[in-house]
Amino acid sequence: MSVSPQPPAIQVRDMHFHYGPTCALKALTLDVAERQVTAFIGPSGCGKSTLLRCFNRMNDEIPGARVTQGSIHIGGIDIQDRSVDVVKLRREVGMVFQKSNPFPRSIFDNVAFGLQLHRMASRSILVQAVEEALVSAALWDEVKDRLHESALGLSGGQQQRLCIARSLAVKPRIILMDEPCSALDPIATAKVEDLIRTLRQQYTIIIVTHSMQQAARVSDHTAFFYLGELIEFSGTLKLFSNPAHKLTEDYLRGTFG
Amino acid sequence: MHDPETLIRKGLPKGHFKDLAVRLMLGITTYCIVIIAALLFFKIIKDGVPVLFTAKAPFVDLGFLLDKNETLHVFDDAQGLRHQLPASQYSDYIKSHGEAPIYNEQTFSYSGGGIIGPIVGTALLTIGSMVLALFFGVSAAIYLSEYAKQSPFIHAVRIAILNLAGIPSIVFGLFGFSVFVLAVPVITSTPSDRSLLTLPLFIGDAVLSFQGWNSSLIAGCATLACMILPVIITASEESLRAVPQGFRDASLAMGATRWQTIRTCVLPFSMPGILTSSLLAITRVAGETAPIMFTAAVAAKDDLPWQALANPFDLLSSQVQALPYHIYTLAARIPASEYTQRAQYGSVFVFLILVATLSFGSMLLRAKLRAKLKW
Ligand SMILES: Nc1ncnc2c1ncn2[C@@H]1O[C@H](COP(=O)(O)OP(=O)(O)OP(=O)(O)O)[C@@H](O)[C@H]1O
Ligand SMILES: [Mg+2]
Repeated sequence: MSVSPQPPAIQVRDMHFHYGPTCALKALTLDVAERQVTAFIGPSGCGKSTLLRCFNRMNDEIPGARVTQGSIHIGGIDIQDRSVDVVKLRREVGMVFQKSNPFPRSIFDNVAFGLQLHRMASRSILVQAVEEALVSAALWDEVKDRLHESALGLSGGQQQRLCIARSLAVKPRIILMDEPCSALDPIATAKVEDLIRTLRQQYTIIIVTHSMQQAARVSDHTAFFYLGELIEFSGTLKLFSNPAHKLTEDYLRGTFG
Repeated sequence: MHDPETLIRKGLPKGHFKDLAVRLMLGITTYCIVIIAALLFFKIIKDGVPVLFTAKAPFVDLGFLLDKNETLHVFDDAQGLRHQLPASQYSDYIKSHGEAPIYNEQTFSYSGGGIIGPIVGTALLTIGSMVLALFFGVSAAIYLSEYAKQSPFIHAVRIAILNLAGIPSIVFGLFGFSVFVLAVPVITSTPSDRSLLTLPLFIGDAVLSFQGWNSSLIAGCATLACMILPVIITASEESLRAVPQGFRDASLAMGATRWQTIRTCVLPFSMPGILTSSLLAITRVAGETAPIMFTAAVAAKDDLPWQALANPFDLLSSQVQALPYHIYTLAARIPASEYTQRAQYGSVFVFLILVATLSFGSMLLRAKLRAKLKW
């Protein structure tokens, strides 16, 4: 695995995170490489989602949740800083949720949502922008004849790809995916994984997953977390074939605890 | 393995008679209630139908619905023929018949003409109070469920609001009287004598005078709005909470602000629920007498609310008639006789139709929206 020449997309330095009094992440330091896929794995409750939500400051919405120490830099800017515009940050750092959450509106409106929100597209190019986003999410062919039907009429896998299209529409640089395939069947999962591999050329992607195979299939780098700590972080091939830590090895073998 | 034979009962099962007795008692109770309700409706409909409906086209007594309320004059003419005329036709009759004597004259207040005044008044009160209650209620619900930190204080506020719903309407009436009628501030250049406090505004000779809005449409609407605010707030909060958190997350993660999220991804999906619940509150607003008795309603009024106004805004400060208050007046203030029945039975029947239509409509709407709004 070649080391990417660019500076890292996200730099986390000695970061501690608390939910009220309880510590959820301890002394994290890691670099997320630009235009690569990074997978976060680890047992339930180890803080993967928490870390993901730090990157677009969705934790701001949770009362009492805060970074208590250390820093997170994205594109060289400390995103914890008061002067950071959260709206712009979240446009740069998109998110796809575990439970697909399309709005109960038309497919078109779903994808156009962010564009209209940020007044990014005039009416005339809105149609084109929506098409582009749907094409990038590999959904265009399936929905091009029913753009104005309700998004809730789509299958689970299509809904999840629609949510990806919705994030892509505002042209983020980083996409955070929190267990995007956990509610999908193997075929829909394969489609989303194909999509992730294509998107890799243009976007920095972080994916949280409980499937070792999925992490192995789609990611370039894998980070293993345990009880709020980063245990091991290296190239996916290396981590899966030759883990440096006993904990990682046990987790991968499924002989945990 | 148990012997399957034990499953087959011999004779009547244990507790059979007790079960039967309980079932019978519960059944009787239920049907008693049904019978009482049925009698009530039967009485109102039996009395009301002859008043409102006629044998000739257009089959509805439009005069009763569309004419103004008048005093009814009953008298015999020289031929011994009995006449029943509302005040306006009575004066015509007297004029056209010159000196012809009339006998046995009786007058019945409010019993002649129609009930357009009360119908229009109730409509205005209902619309006005719903607009106020929806605006304040939905705002409060949004604040409570979307903005406020869920602290013990907010919890206490919520419980206080819930408890407001249990306060009797007459208490709201008195509250409205002492606050909206007598105390709220108005901007005027001629403060009234009973103003509680006047503050200078330093604009011309205008002052802020705490003298209330008098008995008026706006005071009545405000009082009714206070009465149903708890219902609206609670129902709105419920509808807001029913919107999946995922919608909010998706919107926030796209970089929408709180308010943008609420406006585009929460309110549109909770509005149907808010509106249908509010429609149920409408029947209460339209039906209450106590809150408007001291704050807005008059027994008799010659003009419709919008007639004879110096400027359109005076509509808000004018008193109105209202159906429930009209029924109260007819029942309590005039002695019943065969000549007062038309007004009494007719008003009650029209009122019943109105309220039944509103609640039936809201039920239909609710069922329809429930079916449509699934995610
Ligand atoms: N809103 C919250 N308030 C308080 N504690 C929380 C909150 N969300 C998560 N936690 C705690 O923080 C820790 C990390 O949670 P997190 O959701 O990040 O785990 P995760 O690795 O994503 O788990 P999973 O794989 O099950 O999704 C857990 O112990 C959890 O109980
Ligand atoms: Mg998680």
